[in-house]
Amino acid sequence: MNGATRTATAAAQRSVHASLTGHRHRSITATIFVAFIMLSTAVGLISLAVLLFTVLQDGLPYLDPILFTNGPSMDPNIAGARPAILASVLMAVVLVATALPVAIGTAVYLEEFAPKDRWWIRLIELNIQNLAAIPSIIFGILGLAFLVRGLGLGPVLLAGALILGLQMLPTVIIATREALRAVPATVRQGGMALGATRLQVVRREVLPAAIPGIATGSILGLSRAIGETAPLLMVGAATFVSFNPSLLSQYTVLPILIYQWIRLPQAEFQGLAAAAIIVLLVILISMNGIAIWMRNRYERKW
Amino acid sequence: MDAQSDSAEHQRPTGIHLDAAAVAHPAVGGSVAPMGRETVFDCQGLGVRYHGTRALRDVDLQIHSHAVTALIGPSGCGKSTFLRCLNRMNDLIPGAAVDGACLYHGENLYGPDIDAIEVRKRIGMVFQKPNPFPKSIYDNVAFGPRVLGMKDSLDDRVEQALRRAALWDEVKDRLKSGALGLSGGQQQRLCIARALAVEPDVILMDEPCSALDPISTAAIEDLMMTLKNDYTVVIVTHNMQQAARVADITAFFSVDQGETGPRTGVLIEVDATDRIFTKPANERTEAYVTGRFG
Repeated sequence: MNGATRTATAAAQRSVHASLTGHRHRSITATIFVAFIMLSTAVGLISLAVLLFTVLQDGLPYLDPILFTNGPSMDPNIAGARPAILASVLMAVVLVATALPVAIGTAVYLEEFAPKDRWWIRLIELNIQNLAAIPSIIFGILGLAFLVRGLGLGPVLLAGALILGLQMLPTVIIATREALRAVPATVRQGGMALGATRLQVVRREVLPAAIPGIATGSILGLSRAIGETAPLLMVGAATFVSFNPSLLSQYTVLPILIYQWIRLPQAEFQGLAAAAIIVLLVILISMNGIAIWMRNRYERKW
Repeated sequence: MDAQSDSAEHQRPTGIHLDAAAVAHPAVGGSVAPMGRETVFDCQGLGVRYHGTRALRDVDLQIHSHAVTALIGPSGCGKSTFLRCLNRMNDLIPGAAVDGACLYHGENLYGPDIDAIEVRKRIGMVFQKPNPFPKSIYDNVAFGPRVLGMKDSLDDRVEQALRRAALWDEVKDRLKSGALGLSGGQQQRLCIARALAVEPDVILMDEPCSALDPISTAAIEDLMMTLKNDYTVVIVTHNMQQAARVADITAFFSVDQGETGPRTGVLIEVDATDRIFTKPANERTEAYVTGRFG
């Protein structure tokens, strides 16, 4: 009897085992699907790796101090990117000082203060989303017509920075609104229930809590603007600038310099272009790195 | 929908309703408002609509100082909505509209010159889910005094508030550490301390223990009993035992299912807590407290 019970138990165990393991290879569709998404990822990674490899291969020999100290020249042996690097940095500074406050202010108004059920607020929101999708060359045309000619700024760095700032607004506004929306409503209620005004709650609680998201969005928008070429071609960024740029001088930036060098026939300039690409990549990757670092550093769990 | 609820108002003039209330609650003014307790809130025909849909109707209710008043009732009966009327938190909900009057020490909170910010300074609130700010324990309690300009001897103020919320001994050595590192029960007491720091007159609590374990709940309930010595305390609770344990006065809300219109919250009965739980005047109250409904 004891033996019979044991046999029955063993049989039950086998049937459990069979039911838990039997279907391991059931789904051929699942396998195909996994293969497909891995292949998709691989396409992106491989092209990026090839790009990096060729750029490094071409550019590393030209990545020397001359690149950072000299201005442009028709002689590839002494040609450098100093004015372009300085202009790109100056442009980033102007963008931080002008576009970011406007974008963050707009987002705070729309998210925290605006009457959300009004048709004109919805119109503004719709427009911001559409602006984010407008080709950058269109912003260039606007800059040319309005800033360079209309306001008579001329083809100066400030005009270029303002138009890049305009182009950057929707991205930063949308990212900032997402960050504000991620702050729980209970935080706002908690503040309001203490007799704080909406402004006090936003300034002291909501904005500080949203800083990681705002910083990430801002830096991503900024790095996109720094890599931008097309609108600056429209607003007249010069190609041969041998002096250090100022706000109201002619200028060239790294992407435009790269574009110009690549068009030149001498092989040395191809190498210089690759070296400038490396410089631009390092700037962009470190900006993104800062964004990631800030997000991890200040990220809060609710 | 709108017209229907409007006509309901017209058919029920306040006077008739008051008479009905007087019949239903013979204890009003007697055991409900014992000597030494003054009327803090006197709600007259108070109702709330969300986007035109009536959520709460014709509440006539007095709330007295130095007592814990509990609001009980089934889900959707409008008890939380009513609580938010008392410090104008409903203002923050888009589409919410309040009608009727809510007198606070004789002054209608919904009068034309009333500033909701001033109202909330005097009438503090603690929420269902502990909602400390994502900053230090100290800064949480100091937030209210700072924004209200009460900056003199801030350290003392913070300590006093934490002591009154029975949290000081647990946190005095780590005031600068993050509030989100506290346990749920500690966070809720921190929220109470935060409310006390601005020296309010009334503390409203919206299901303050529903997210807490039994031990933390007991701590908060003890705290309510202490707080009523200095403050007027109004709590919303789903937990009838909690109301029975802590409340001096209990108000029972329920839902009127309109024949065609939406479900509307109504106040059924208010009385001393032991009467509500032992011999309620209204059969709906009895059905609820004995567990036959809700």
